[in-house]
Amino acid sequence: MRETLMDAAPHPSFDEAGLPLTALALGATKLYPAPDLARFVLRVRPEDGARAAAAWGLSLPDALRASTHKDRHVLWQGPDEFLLLALTSEKQEIIDRLQAEMGGKPYSLVDVSHRNQAFLLTGEGAQQLLETGCMLDLDPASFPVGMTTRTLFAKADLTLWRRDTHTFHIELWRSFMPYVMGLLQQSAVAA
Amino acid sequence: MSSAYRLPHATCIDYTKPLRFTFDGKSYQGFHGDTVASALLAQGVHLMGRSFKYHRPRGVMAAGAEEPNALLDVSRGGGRSVPNLRATQVELYDGLVVKSQNRFPSLRFDVGAINDLLAPLFGAGFYYKTFMGPRKAWAHLYEPVIRHAAGLGHAPSKPDPDTYANQFAHCDVLIVGGGAAGLAAALSAGRSGARVIVADEQAQWGGGLLAERGVEIDGQPVQAWLAQTVRALQAMPHVRLLSRTTAFGYFQQNFIGLVERLTDHLAHPPQGQPRERLWQVRAKRVILATGAIERPLVFSGNDRPGVMLAGAARQFLNRYGALVGKSVLVFTADDAAYQAAIDLAQAGATVMAIVDLRENPQGPGIEAARALSLPVLTSHVVIETFGRLRINAAALGRIGPDGDVTPVKIEQCDALLMSGGFTPSVHLFSQSRGKLHYDADRQIFVPGISAQQECSIGAAKGTFALQESVQEGFAAGAEAAEQAGFKSQTIAPSRVRHDVPSCAGFSGAVPRPKGQRAGKAFVDFQNDVKVTDIISATQEGFKSIEHVKRYTTTGMATDQGKTSNMNALAVAADALGRTIPDVGLTTFRMPYTPVTFGSIAGLARGDLFDPVRKTPIHGWAQHHGALFEDVGLWKRAHYFPQKGESLHQAVLRECRTVRSKAGLFDASTLGKIEIVGPDAAEFLNRLYTNAWSKLAVGRCRYGVMLNEQGFVMDDGVIGRLADERFHVTTTTTGAPRVLAHMEDYLQTEFPELDVWLTSTTEQWAVIAVQGPLARQILQPFVTDIDLSPDAMPHMSVRTGHICGVETRLFRVSFTGELGFEVNVPSGQGRMVWEALWAEAEKHGACAYGTEAMHVLRAEKGFIIVGQDTDGTVTPADLGMDWVIGQTKPDFVGKRSLVRADMRKADRPQFVGLQTHDPHFVPDEGAQVVAVAEPATGSAALGFVTSAYDSATLGRSIALALVANGRARKGETVYLTRLDGQALPATIVDPVFYDKEGARLHA
Repeated sequence: MRETLMDAAPHPSFDEAGLPLTALALGATKLYPAPDLARFVLRVRPEDGARAAAAWGLSLPDALRASTHKDRHVLWQGPDEFLLLALTSEKQEIIDRLQAEMGGKPYSLVDVSHRNQAFLLTGEGAQQLLETGCMLDLDPASFPVGMTTRTLFAKADLTLWRRDTHTFHIELWRSFMPYVMGLLQQSAVAA
Repeated sequence: MSSAYRLPHATCIDYTKPLRFTFDGKSYQGFHGDTVASALLAQGVHLMGRSFKYHRPRGVMAAGAEEPNALLDVSRGGGRSVPNLRATQVELYDGLVVKSQNRFPSLRFDVGAINDLLAPLFGAGFYYKTFMGPRKAWAHLYEPVIRHAAGLGHAPSKPDPDTYANQFAHCDVLIVGGGAAGLAAALSAGRSGARVIVADEQAQWGGGLLAERGVEIDGQPVQAWLAQTVRALQAMPHVRLLSRTTAFGYFQQNFIGLVERLTDHLAHPPQGQPRERLWQVRAKRVILATGAIERPLVFSGNDRPGVMLAGAARQFLNRYGALVGKSVLVFTADDAAYQAAIDLAQAGATVMAIVDLRENPQGPGIEAARALSLPVLTSHVVIETFGRLRINAAALGRIGPDGDVTPVKIEQCDALLMSGGFTPSVHLFSQSRGKLHYDADRQIFVPGISAQQECSIGAAKGTFALQESVQEGFAAGAEAAEQAGFKSQTIAPSRVRHDVPSCAGFSGAVPRPKGQRAGKAFVDFQNDVKVTDIISATQEGFKSIEHVKRYTTTGMATDQGKTSNMNALAVAADALGRTIPDVGLTTFRMPYTPVTFGSIAGLARGDLFDPVRKTPIHGWAQHHGALFEDVGLWKRAHYFPQKGESLHQAVLRECRTVRSKAGLFDASTLGKIEIVGPDAAEFLNRLYTNAWSKLAVGRCRYGVMLNEQGFVMDDGVIGRLADERFHVTTTTTGAPRVLAHMEDYLQTEFPELDVWLTSTTEQWAVIAVQGPLARQILQPFVTDIDLSPDAMPHMSVRTGHICGVETRLFRVSFTGELGFEVNVPSGQGRMVWEALWAEAEKHGACAYGTEAMHVLRAEKGFIIVGQDTDGTVTPADLGMDWVIGQTKPDFVGKRSLVRADMRKADRPQFVGLQTHDPHFVPDEGAQVVAVAEPATGSAALGFVTSAYDSATLGRSIALALVANGRARKGETVYLTRLDGQALPATIVDPVFYDKEGARLHA
């Protein structure tokens, strides 16, 4: 598995769940499957959020933002809900560190590493391609770099995260992947 | 030039690119830039259609979206056919094939034209009054015949092979209309840096400007100004120009629907290119620069081919180089028609006369016409026209000082250009719920009070002079940008010269000689509604325009009365002796022009209509011949037929194998929710009927969830993984509903609880291993869990490893056999399944699908929520009082369970049915009745919820909800059939197999 999210390399064809194993050209936009990741949903009282993030060496992101430290990212999902992305090798450490640092404060940490799959969409046309199915205003003025939100792409729920002006990280439940891939491929032809 | 009617100069024609097309099988020439209408007119062809009801010959009347007559069918083969397209909007390409509609056998000779002779019979209300009965005749005789005789084109009969794209967009300023006002607005808004979208339905930018020739703006010829403005806009990266794009609907909160036509104008569309794109635009400000539509004058014979709007004739001339006639008569109540007369005269046509309704028209247009010695007849009217398939003469009359009309002469002509003035296009404004204002002086409705963040400019607002329109555009663009948060700069006012704006008009029927009937004076051309129809509606007692509209169908055609509404209103107001605003105005509805279903459906067709959710094991099942069924959005393996097996045979075999050996079942779609926190058990106490506090770690319990009304809404097994962590399962289709229900209560009723819910449905692949050999199949792969009955009894859960992968291993059973459910991370589901399968095969086990699962659970009397319950069933009805934690202070639904109605003796109760004929499998949903032939109107006792042929029992089994059913055990009831008499069955206990549960605990 790859070391970071950004340099996923090509593999041939699609996997069982519908995620392409290779970089996929969608017109001028490129789609890269994200490598396997450790993913956790953290639910915590708002006042304990910073403490939880700190356990992982992260700052707690503001609403609709992500915060990053090295290979760890925490994405705001709701006022008391966060999605943690990390290397798979760090899974146990993440669980243990949180338990140690929370000092008995209540929280919920649930492993969703396999629930979600992710891909990166990159290129100058990425924003417009996403806007074929996503009704949000993704102009950088409204949806700047570092912003993340849960939203819909056509009929599929997903989490959108803008890594840089022309690159989006997209997380979704695995069974929706073939649907989203199909729509993106068709829309790319249409662009 | 190829034709006497084709002129060498036009703003939209590329004379270097000749094209050929066919109309009704005959080949014609045109040029790149032509529409079908302009190309046919340039060949001297006016006859393009037959009218809807009377099959009257019709020519093109307008030059744009408002065209009511010239409707065509365009077919590109392979299912690509579109009816009812306006010839004025169909762009020519080489090889285009178009056909006229609503005629048989040909456009020139149409037998349906008999209706025209019988027209006095077919007035408004004819159908309502004539075809009263018998009732059956409507479906089988009247409607098919009427539909065949009257109508438009034919809907395509094959699936649409084209694709359609969708695009959401946001902007600061959306401008609808790319004419002078719209482009000026775009320029000033664009210069502020605002994100601007400009949409125009035409292929070229400029709107009405494209038909102008002598006008100057800021010292430049109008076409040069236009080209320069468009270039300036194209150079702005934040301005998006969408041509061939119709704004068809104005919805809430400045949400606008646009359809962009991408390929209809291309001879060879690129492979894969979508035909249309639906733009769903959210705009901070909207500027409506939608122009105005010229009104026809209403006089007898105003629909004859060759009679058209003056502005349309001018557009055909100046935009397309098509001369609509050589000896033209102009009939007007407005100045703008004078410019048409002048342009046509200068292009070589003879203007026979300009017939002006007005007594003493004044203005630059009139002066210019007189300067060219064009004959102007003031206080005159056209009272009749002549000619069969084309006008050849018109009768004129003079309006005396007392208003009486005297016939004066018959004037020869091959075209008659009419103008009743212009009606602002307020369709979108009206759709936005803006309130219209009636301008009594000019007899037009103009935008009044806005309901949304929009403004109208130019002709759409009733500003017909070019200079003021451009000025309004600059100002509106700047203002909209400022309102959207941008700094704008003022643009110096433009100076416009040689413009002849519309300045007057006329609505309703024009005066006619005393005693002369209104004759065939058409108001709504597309629906064949005449003045007499509207008058007769008022005589029938209809006083509101909404009723007149429905009685006469005026304004209800595909053009929605673009050219007719004001005239219809004026005729009705006149007949009722009331004012126009008093009679009212009909509602403007979307779409502005017809929109294809394809563009609305977009990519939501076929495989992409809905997400198709597949489990990690789907590929394996497919490879092993499974047939699938839809369960919600999921595909589930229904059964695994072996060679030549039917569904019935496969299910019998799968059931036998599970009961005698074992089976593997993909249960991955089960909903899963992880409930974590110090108050997790308390939360479950409140959401489920049974008690959870004392459930030991490592144990499971079956839980039932009620809604507030006390009815069963879901069920599932819940395992306690740790003091503060539960693994909850739900039904497959109930998963989202259950999570929402839980979140709802947690957030609104129990916010004090420290507990959180996370959906883990897709985190885990679930492999059910069920049957007496289940333990042997699992054993080789499980390294760190003791599977023995004592260490891991029925209803327990363990965490550990299987095939080296982490697992949550449940010992649960939905079959009544020894059973396990292996949860592994989804990404490893296939690998684990294949390992287990290899072992299972050695033991003679099978893979089984949902159908066998249903049979096996029914043999045990296990319910399926949604199949054996219908949303009105309580736990007591199901015989499941044991699932209620009686000592709990409260749980959702508890209060409802003690309502008197919930305790009535005759409530439906869950029972088994044993049919007297063991081969008879009743229909699910069959009524349970007390006697074989119940009296009509008598109530059923209940209904069958599940029924199967059971291999285990060697006979059919059924489950049912029957009133007071448990007390009726042993009674004979009858089960209705769709194809025969009801058959008898005995009410029995719903558990058919292994009542003691010995097999479960093996």
